Parts: sequence; structure tokens; C-alpha cells
Amino acid sequence: MEVVSTVRPPLVTGGKTASDVTNDICRQVEGKPSKSWLMGMAISLTVLAIGLYATIVLLWEGIGVWGLNKTVGWAWDITNFVWWVGIGHAGTLISAILLLFRQKWRMSINRAAEAMTIFAVICAMMFPGFHMGRLWLGFYWALPLPNTFGSLWVNFNSPLLWDVFAISTYFTVSAVFWYIGLIPDFATIRDRARNKISKLIYGALSFGWDGAAKTWSRYESVALILAGLATPLVLSVHTIVSFDFATSVIPGWHTTIFPPYFVAGAIFSGFAMVMTLMLVARHVMNLKDYITIYHIELMNIIIIITGSIVGVAYLTELFISWYSGVPAEQYAFLNRATGPYWWAYWIMMTCNVISPQLFWIRKIRTSIVASFILSIVVNIGMWFERFVIIVTSLHRDYLPSSWAMFYPTFYDVGEYLFSLGFFFTSFLLFAKFFPVVNMAEVKSIIKSTGSTIKTSK
Amino acid sequence: MEENIKRYWNGLEQLKNDPEYVKYADKEFPQELPVGKEDSASPSSSRRDFLKMMGFSVAAASLAACEAPVRKAIPYLNKPVNLEPGVPNYYASTYSVGGDYCSIVVKTREGRPIKIQGNKLSHFSKGGTSAQVEASVLSLYDKERITGPILDGEKAEWEVVDAEIIKELKTIADQNGQIRIVSHSVLSPTTQDIIDKFLEKYPSSKHIVYDTDSMHGMRVANKNNFGLSLIPAYNFNKADVIISFDADFLGNWLNAVGYSRDYAKTRKVNKEHRKMSRHYQYESLMSLTGSNADYRIPVKPSKQGIIIAKLYNLIASKAGQNTLNVADPGEVKFLTKAADQLWSSRGKSLVVAGSNDPDVQMLVNGINAMLGNYGSTIDLSNPVNLKQGNDEAMDAFVKELTEGKIGGVIFYNANPVYNHPKGSEIADSISKTSLSISTSGVKDETASLVKYILPDHHYLESWNDAEPVPGQLSLAQPSITPLFDTRQVQKSLLTWMEEEITDYYQYLNNTWERKYFPTQQKISEFQTFWDQSLHDGVYDYDAGTISAGDYLPVEGVAQGIGRKYSASNDGLELVLYTKIGIGNGTQANNPWLQEMPDPITKTTWDNYLTVPQALARELGIGADGNEFPVATLSARGMTMKVPVLIQPGQARGTLGLALGYGRKNAGIVANNLGIDAYPLMDNSRGFWSNVILEGVNMEPLSETYRIAQTQTHHTYMGRTNVIQEAYLEEYQADPAAGRHYANIAASMDLDRKMGDGKVDGKIDAKKITLWKGHDYNNHHWGLMVDMNSCIGCSACTISCQVENNVPVVGKEEVLNRRDMHWIRIDRYYSSDAPVNDPVGLEEAAENPEITHQPMMCQHCNNAPCETVCPVAATTHSTEGLNQMTYNRCVGTRYCANNCPYKVRRFNWFKYHDNDQFSMNTSMHNDLGKMVLNPDVVVRSRGVMEKCSFCVQRIQYGKLEAKLEGRRPGDGEINVACAESCPSEALVFGDLNDPESRINKMMKVKDDNGNKVIQEDRIYTVLEEIGVRPNVFYTTKIRNKDLEDKNA
Repeated sequence: MEVVSTVRPPLVTGGKTASDVTNDICRQVEGKPSKSWLMGMAISLTVLAIGLYATIVLLWEGIGVWGLNKTVGWAWDITNFVWWVGIGHAGTLISAILLLFRQKWRMSINRAAEAMTIFAVICAMMFPGFHMGRLWLGFYWALPLPNTFGSLWVNFNSPLLWDVFAISTYFTVSAVFWYIGLIPDFATIRDRARNKISKLIYGALSFGWDGAAKTWSRYESVALILAGLATPLVLSVHTIVSFDFATSVIPGWHTTIFPPYFVAGAIFSGFAMVMTLMLVARHVMNLKDYITIYHIELMNIIIIITGSIVGVAYLTELFISWYSGVPAEQYAFLNRATGPYWWAYWIMMTCNVISPQLFWIRKIRTSIVASFILSIVVNIGMWFERFVIIVTSLHRDYLPSSWAMFYPTFYDVGEYLFSLGFFFTSFLLFAKFFPVVNMAEVKSIIKSTGSTIKTSK
Repeated sequence: MEENIKRYWNGLEQLKNDPEYVKYADKEFPQELPVGKEDSASPSSSRRDFLKMMGFSVAAASLAACEAPVRKAIPYLNKPVNLEPGVPNYYASTYSVGGDYCSIVVKTREGRPIKIQGNKLSHFSKGGTSAQVEASVLSLYDKERITGPILDGEKAEWEVVDAEIIKELKTIADQNGQIRIVSHSVLSPTTQDIIDKFLEKYPSSKHIVYDTDSMHGMRVANKNNFGLSLIPAYNFNKADVIISFDADFLGNWLNAVGYSRDYAKTRKVNKEHRKMSRHYQYESLMSLTGSNADYRIPVKPSKQGIIIAKLYNLIASKAGQNTLNVADPGEVKFLTKAADQLWSSRGKSLVVAGSNDPDVQMLVNGINAMLGNYGSTIDLSNPVNLKQGNDEAMDAFVKELTEGKIGGVIFYNANPVYNHPKGSEIADSISKTSLSISTSGVKDETASLVKYILPDHHYLESWNDAEPVPGQLSLAQPSITPLFDTRQVQKSLLTWMEEEITDYYQYLNNTWERKYFPTQQKISEFQTFWDQSLHDGVYDYDAGTISAGDYLPVEGVAQGIGRKYSASNDGLELVLYTKIGIGNGTQANNPWLQEMPDPITKTTWDNYLTVPQALARELGIGADGNEFPVATLSARGMTMKVPVLIQPGQARGTLGLALGYGRKNAGIVANNLGIDAYPLMDNSRGFWSNVILEGVNMEPLSETYRIAQTQTHHTYMGRTNVIQEAYLEEYQADPAAGRHYANIAASMDLDRKMGDGKVDGKIDAKKITLWKGHDYNNHHWGLMVDMNSCIGCSACTISCQVENNVPVVGKEEVLNRRDMHWIRIDRYYSSDAPVNDPVGLEEAAENPEITHQPMMCQHCNNAPCETVCPVAATTHSTEGLNQMTYNRCVGTRYCANNCPYKVRRFNWFKYHDNDQFSMNTSMHNDLGKMVLNPDVVVRSRGVMEKCSFCVQRIQYGKLEAKLEGRRPGDGEINVACAESCPSEALVFGDLNDPESRINKMMKVKDDNGNKVIQEDRIYTVLEEIGVRPNVFYTTKIRNKDLEDKNA
């Protein structure tokens, strides 16, 4: 029997029993779609349709429909890629690292966080694809496949190839982890299902889960093993993504601080995105007893910590660029802060460094409205961070003759909308048809940390 | 017994011994198969038939599906002599378009001219080319060329029009009506001969010659001073001091290609030869020549005359001659210094002026005469035949035409409706003639108004000769059969004269046999002489010296100068100039030239009003990104809306506008691009001038206009790792002056390891590397750029574009900063701001020093692009080349991002066969595509491309040598850019070959397999990042006294 300190607030409030948990969560899946869900879906699908149009034009006409040029070869595409990958970090962090650290508060949010991760990683993977000049060849030439082209092989020196491995591994592990966690809950839904189709579908999805002690024991072991596997990935994925820049020779990219700085940034933005989604879900799906103010506060604390790491990293970069004595490097950072894209830099600074510091104030930290606004602010800031790194470094690098400006077109924005549309559509489908909270796990903490401990009936 | 044997039966029929069964028992199939039977009674086909039918239809369908893509490949039944598919043929020829001249060699592949190179045997153009010459091959394949004779807008037959024209000419001649042939300068003596005969045949006819950028004033001046209306030869290579007043002799002035080579010769310095010429340029606009000057002094055109007069007086007082009484221009920077130097370099100095004012030219003649430059730097005995235009005759012609006094007019490859200031008058009056003929190959502004358009061959389809200097002949031979039903003008004239021989080749041949063959003794057979001349493209003979009289001062020059120029003119002054690429607009429809960045402003596809910084500040106008202000310009009673570009170095109170734009009938590429400035040309001062001194007004509007520039940041931000420069005095003291060494402080451990290899306690960054390096056992290609010789003319850009099938992307895409040129010339202005002021450094100085830096793939030994490509599409060759495999490229653009030199170019769209890029004529239609180099692939959408060091030429050269069992010699393999360079600024060669020119110039020493460069001027751009380029630059040395550094 675990002993839980009494000063800790309960993780599940409202005197929920195990059957309450089942009822509360399954109600979403079993009931008719709510009005707010339908509205959300309509908006998401509209955004997705606009994005789809942009994507089709992009693939038909060429990369030229974007605003890129001979100097700035990447802009929104890779900004979006890194942004989505970053967002995709929270899920695994919550489910794997917090699992290993036995942080029980993660239980009510990990399911949604993992789903968000999967969709975010899919969104991220779109961009390295779409940004290629010849996607129809690149999608398989970038893989080390045996081929009949002679001795042609991929270039293992290229950080882009490392990305291929890093992201695909991360996606695979996250998806498996997430699905394994879903199996007992699918079984619950299957068992409650009244119509044949639901029974059939959820039956198939639950892989014949029988709830036996042995099954549970295996389930727990697999979860632990996968958590162990996923933990290094949390650190490695964004480290490798940062190598895209760190291994280059471009001032502003060629920076050894990038791996830790990117990982911190990723967790920072991931938590912010989890926060955004959870606050909406909590409100719409009436999950106030499962996602409590305490949860929100803990997540906000992580946001302060990672935000501060990011802030320190920004300042370190500035210091090192001055200290390096390399004029191009010094100019790159001066140009970031004061050049034509100064506004992007200061949006980044404000959103990422200054705004999370507001969470030191308890009132703000525990305010749902403030948390919601700040979570969005953080993700705007993190998007700009990547934009600043990519565009402001490229647009004025070594030879002043090649200095240029980047202006986005409708299709740059459209491609971003496509990913957002896809993300929200997927998330809404998930929220409707899959249990958004891990029922099995939450039930395990009701006794130990629930607000009222009830004896079983 | 039977009972004991088991019986097996395979059916009841066998058991019962059914007779029906027994009948077929020994047959494999009981039923007769319908094979080979013509059984019409049974319509149902059998299984076999079905299979056969299916097999056939599948085969037929698949055959139909794989329709062979080769449609018009017809093998030679009888292979023409000397024509091997895949092997180029070269023909010496002559470029002579719109009065410009260049001796050339035409490269043909499978019978198609695809590239133009300079003819090194020519003593006139000296082996270089210009951008216009390079680009002219595309005009051969212009889809809008006229395909045959046109009569009143309808297609006609040559016989029909000939008969009509002869009849008409005779009618006019009988009535003593006037006939005029209007042309630009005719350089061909044989053509001139035919024209002269035509004038004899029709005595009432006259030949009118005009030039768009007239030098009639110089001819008048020389007539007055020396008794001969000529333009002398200028020997820039013999001049130690050059002073130019508004003469753009490296740009579009006379024989700029030849002068560039001569000029560059005086600018090359090395450890052993630490001397160079000094060049002063007094000019109003920033010209290409001015951008290369050591001292460049902006002056208003209204002052130019009296400044030259002051120089005259300064020299005259030294020479003890009478000074002129003209107004004092006030303080003129460096004029006294220039005069002193001119005087001390007597006989080795040169003063030139670009003005068309005879008085100014007479002053310049006087200065040169006092300096004793005639006979050394100026040669009156070998005059230049270019610019024969006679402004007075042309004016008289226009007057007669408007008065309806002209009966017949033949516009011989001239387009005065567009490019003469009185073009609109000519346009209105052409209909007053009873016979109007244009020989233009395209339906231009003039041709579209005449009765007969009788298209001439393109010059690459023609036989011709030219004599740019008496005694220096060159031949033009067709390098392709005429593509269309066109006819050479010479033949037309001979036909209309009803001569016996109308074939121009025959006529030319006969003329040469009669006139030039006897001028030599070496060859006794005419055919051999002819073949030799054709092979060389040039033939020099002794034409006899032209005896010009001694310099004769002319009275009244001072009064003329005093009347036309003043020390103070408060009003704005407008200067019309020609751009390096577009020139006078003849080739405006050539997309390569339209997209060629102007060497000074780096703009494409437009003309615009250039204004000095001071005026822009005063008016409070400036560009915002691509958005440039627009103003109304009014001059000579005309008002037009023009975009405004701020030009550092331009004289205060002046405005500049380029000619050659605003074409109405040039073709799809050039129509309605920019503003036509020809009507603004001024003759109010008694001569046609490109300068308008009075009544010029400019009103800024609130609108903006987008001008497409390939370079939008104009200073080099004090980056000494990019531009390394010094003044001659510093260089004389220290051959490494201006060098920026990438020396770094390093850890103690590294410090110890490096031992003596330290400078000031720091380590040479080049010596620290993570790379293993490459072994280049065979060749190691390198390119050296002499920054002192590069004048920025951009011939290399176009040469590369032609050689490597580089697409044209159009104005919109240039605005998007997606120009595709593989070699660009970075033009940097200096800034007055201190190096630690990054904001101030963005602003160019008011009168900046200019550096032209050719920039192409640097073929780094440790190439950053190679490591980042995920699919290994860009790799390193065993000969030091950074190779790009288009087929393998998936277009991640990571290589371009990681290129510190930003020389990689991405195919953002499909640039070929795409109506969106119809201006890319060399890849848009069947005819245009004939210009493509078959050795270089046309890149598809979504792949990266860049300079390949003309790898196709390297391979070809190596194979040629291999066939002959030898190593390729130095100079045998050359890259297109270096080949076209008129100033020999680019030197390509094998760094492994100790005898190569590049090796000798850079003084490469082999130190245990490491190449050590001993010439101190050599540097690589961005040395400190350790990518080790194979393209080397030299420090730029300016011959400016240190005391004048900041002046």
C-alpha cells in the first residue's frame, strides 16, 4: 500500500468512484456528438480543406508557390516542422518520463497528450515531405533501401537523414505506446457497447483483452519497457532535429548549444499545447474532476522551468556570439534583434521568456483563463523562435550581396493551415471515438488520491 | 487368367467398350480441336483464339502505349563531311549588329550554332566578347522572326516583290524622285561597294548613316583639327594615365571589348610588376567605366565643357601655349593632380570624352596634342570605322521625309522609328513615300509601317565581310542554312540593280579575289587564301597609312564652350545613357539580356530614373524593399511617369535614364518594358546630345513601382573576409597589403602542436581542420579571379547562361529573388561608416569606391553542401569539382542553405515548356530550343543546380587528349566564363600542372602534396570557415594616393 502525503491535494476530485470514471469517460464515446464537437469539427474541416487546396497547388506547381528564394531556402516549411516536432514531445515526456518518475498526476492527461503527440508528429512529418522539390522520388530515396540504381545509397553524413530515422523511430514508439495504453479502455467500451457495430469495432481494437491478472501484469511490463525505450527518444529526437542547424556553417545555426536548448523548447511548447487542448477538453467534456487545478498548476510549473531554460539559452547565444569574436556570428545575432525581422525576435522574446515568468504568480498559475491564454502565447512564441532561427540566420549570412528578405505567400500559410486542420480534425475524432482519459490508470489512483475514499459496494 | 489381373479403366465408356469411345481411344483429346479449321458455322471463338486475341491486343496496346518519343530523328544517309554527331564544329565569323562589331568563333553542334566565342586572332576585339555578342545567338532562333517577304502585311513571293520594287525604283528614278537607304554604320566594304553601286544606278538616291549613340561630334572635331572626318584608334594599353570625361570606354563606347582587354593589361599587378595605370573619370552618372576608375569625380554635364577647358588651360600653361578664355568651373577635385600627372606622362597618357559636342572633342584633341599622345596612345593612321553616322545628313533626311520629298526609302536593318529622336516624325511620314522597304528580320517599329518587309538573314546565316579598321578585315560565314525564306540585303540590292551576279557569296568572293588577294604574297592560290581567311575569320593587310594632317587649333572653341556650358546651373539635368546589356535596344527582345543584371544597379527587366542620393534625401524619397518611388519626369515638353532608383556616385542635380527600353514592336519579351527615352534626345545646342540641360523637372508621386534587382544589399559591410583591397602605395610597400588572414587564438595544446606556424601568436585557421582532405592524382581544377582586371561587364554571366542552358525566369521571379545565373557579379559600394557601425555600413557612400566580384560555385574542397545532402546528390569529384547530380536531387534545398556563398540555384518551377515562363524563349518553343547546348541537360522542376566548372568541357577536353594519347594541355580546356572574359580576369586551369597559367600566376609550390600559394595577393573568400575553395581571388589594388583615401 502506497503512502501518500496528506498535504498533497487529491488528483481526482468530486468523490468519483471507479464506475463514475467509466461512466464519465465512456459517455463521450457512446453518446451522440455534442454541438460544440460538431462545430469544432466543421471549423477544422474548413481549415483542412483550405490547406488541402494549398497543398494540391504546391504539389502541382512546385515549391515556387511559396515565398522562398535563392537565399532563404527554408522558412515556414521547416519552421512548422520543428514546431510540430516540438509539440510532439509533451506526450512521450508525460507518459514515459513521468511514468518512470511515478508522477501520478500524469494519469488523467497522458492519453490526450499522447494522442496529441502522434498527430503532431504526423503533422511534423508532412513538412520534410512537402518541402522537397521532388517528393515523388524523395519519399523513398531518403530511405536506405536496396535499389537497382547502381551503388546509390543515402548519405549518412546528412542530418536530414538522421531526422528520418529519429522521427520515424519516435513516431513508431509513441504510436505503439499509445495504442497499448488504449487496449484496456477499448475493452471497457466494448463490454459496455449496445450495438453490434460498436461491439465489433471496439472488440477488434481491444485485441481480445480479457482483463485477467496475467494480462494486466503483461500490460504493465510492456508499458514500462516502452517507457524505458521512449525516454531517450524524448531527448534524442529534438537533439537530432537541432543538428539540422547545429552542424551547418551558417552563422546563427552553427551553435553547440542547440541540442539542450531545442529539447527544453520542445517540452516547453509541448506542454503549452497539452494545456491548450486539455483546457478545452476539460470544459467541453466536463472533465473538471479529472483535470484539476492542481494538474494545471503542475503543468504551468513545467512551463516556467522549461521557459526559463529557453530564456537562458537565448541569452547564452547572445553572449557567445559576442564572445566568439567572429564578425559574421556577431552580426547574425545583432541582425536578429535589430534587423528587418526585429519584430519576430521580440515576439519570440516576449512570448517565450517574459510571459511564462507570469506563472511565478500563483493566481495566474491557477487561473484557467490565464493558463489558456498563456499556453497559446507560448506556442506563438515557439513558432517564432524557429522562424527567427531559420529565416533571420539565412536571410543575411556571409555575403552581403546575397542578403534577401523572405515574404510568405498564401501557400506558405496554406500549408500551415493544412497541418493545423489535420491536427484538430484528428484530435476531434480522437476525442469523440477514443477514451480521452486513461480510465484504467485513473481508477488505480482513485483510492489513493481520490477526494473521498469509499469502500466498494 | 484374365480373372487374376486387376483391370483399370478410366471411364465407364472404356469398361463398356463403347464404339464411340473406341473410335477416339488412341487420340489424346476425344474431340477434334478446332485448330486450323475454318469453321464459319461456329461463330463462338475457342479458348486458344481467345488467348491469341488477348495476346495480340495486349501486345498491340502496349506497343501503342510506348510510342517512341523520338519523332524527328532522321539518320544521315550520307554523312556530311566533318560532321560527327556529338562533336562540335567551329566557324570563325563576324558579329556586326546595329553598327557594333566583334570578331567571333561560332560553335555549332549537329549544324546548329549554339555558342559564340571571341576570336583570339582578331587585333580589334582581341578575343573577348560582350554580353550582347554572347546573347545574339538566341535572336537567330527567335520565333517572332519574319519567315519571308511581306507586302502590305501579307506574305509574298520574292520574285513578285522584286519585280514590283524594280519597277517602282525605276519610276521614282525617272521622275528624279529621291531614294534613300537608311542604315547604321556599314562596316562591310563589300556591302558598301554594293550600296555605292546602287547609288550610281539610281543617281537620285543617297545613303544615310546614323548611329543611336552618335559620335558625329568627334568626326567633326577631327575634321576641323586634322582635316579628316575620322575616329582614331585608342591604345589604352599604352596609357599610364587615363582621363575620361563621360566616355564609357569599358561599356558601350566604340570598341569596348577591345579596350577592356587593353585597359586590363595596364591594371594587372604582381610582386614583380607593382605598377599600374591611373584612371580618372569625370562623369555625371555612374558608368561601368567610372566604377573601375581610381579617381571618380561626379560632375554635372553642364559643367563638363568648362572643366575640360580648365584642364586644357592647365596643360597649356605647362606646355607654354595660349590658354583659352573660359569661365572658371570653380573647385574641381583632382584636376590639378590629373594635369600634373598627364604632363609627366606625356606621350603615355590619354584623354577621352564621350560628348557628341564637336567643341568638347576639339578641346580634348588639343589636350592630347599638347601631351604628344598622337602617334602613341592615339593613332590617327588606323582610324576606327565604327560610328560613321552623320547627324546632319540624318536630320536632313527626316526633314525631306516629312516634307514628302522622298520617293523611296530602304531601311537597311535600321529602326529609326524607335531609335531616332525624331522617330515619331519618321513614323508619320513613311506613308508619304511611294516605296518603303525594311529589311528587318523582325516586325519592329519601323518595319510594321513600311510597304515591303524583306527580311535579311540573321548574321549567323549570312556571308559578309567587315573592316572595323582599314587593313583589318574579317569575314562572316553562315554557320547554318537560313532557317526561313529570308534573303540577304546585299542580294536584294544586286537584284534591284539588275546585276548579272546577284549571289552575294559570289560577289564577295570576287571582290576579295580582286581587292584583297593581291595585297599579300604568301599564298599564291586564291582558293587557299580564301579558305585561310575564312578559317581565321580575320585577314590583316597593309591598307596604306592614312595621312592625317598635324593638329590644327580651331578658333572659336572657347566661345562655343562658354556658350554651351556654365559653372552653375541650378536646374536638374537629364542624362540619357545605354545599359551594358540592352544597349541601344536593338536586341531588347533577347530575354538573356533583359534578365542580365545591370553591372551597376543590378536591376533587370526595366529602365528607371537614376537620382543621386542628395536629391533623394532632399525630396524625401527612398526605396522600401522592392518598392521604388515613382515620379513624373518632364523634359523637352514631354512628361512621363518613371520609377526612381537612387544611385550612389551620381553627380548632384542630375537624373539618368536608360535608352533601349519602351519598345512597342520588339516581340513578346521586350514589348512595353520600361520607358522609351529616345524622344528626349536633345539637339538644342546644335548637336544631338544625350544630355538635356534645361527644363528638366521631376515630381515625386505617391505611387510605388517594383523594380527587380538581383542584389538588394549594396555594401560589403566592411567584411574583409569577402573583399580584400589595398592602395597601390601600400601594395608597393607590402605585396600582402590588404590581405585579411583568418588567424585565430587557439588552445595551448593546439598551440604547441602548431609550433612555428603562428602569426602574432595566432594560428592560421586554414591549418586547423577536421577534414582528411582529398587526393587529386590526376587533375585539380581551379579558377583564379583577378579583381584588378574584372570590370564587371557581365559577359561571363551570359556566356555561362548560353553554355549551361540556364533558364530565364522573368521579372516576377527576379523580384522573388530567384534568378538562376550560375555566375553573378557582386557589386559592392564602399561606405563612409566606421566598421563597427553595422547600421551605417548599410548605406553606401555618396561617391563610393566600387568592387566587382564574380561569384560562382567555389568548388570547395571541404564543401558544406556535400555533407548535408540526404541522398548524396552533390558529391566531390577526384578532380576537385563539386558535382551536382540532377537526377538524384530530391530538392531539400539544404545544400543551398548551407552554402556560405549562396551560389546554388533551385528550380522553383518547371521553367521549360511552361506558358508561365513564355519569356524563357530558349526553352519554350521548338525554334528557341535549338540554341540549347546538347551536352548539358535542361533541369527539371524541383532540383538544385549550380556552376559545374563547365564539366562537359572538361570531359570533352580530356577525351580529345585521350584519343590522341596525351594529356590535355593548359588552355585547351576552358570554362565558358573565362573564355568570354574581355579583360582576362578569369583564369581557369589545372593546379596539378606546374606549367599551367593559373599555377604560374598564383605561384603554386608543391610542399609534400600540399599546394602552397606564394602569390601574396591570392585569397579565398571566407577563409576562416575552412571550406577551402578552388576559386581564388586577388586583392583589389586601387591606384589612388593614400592622401586621397577619403576624398
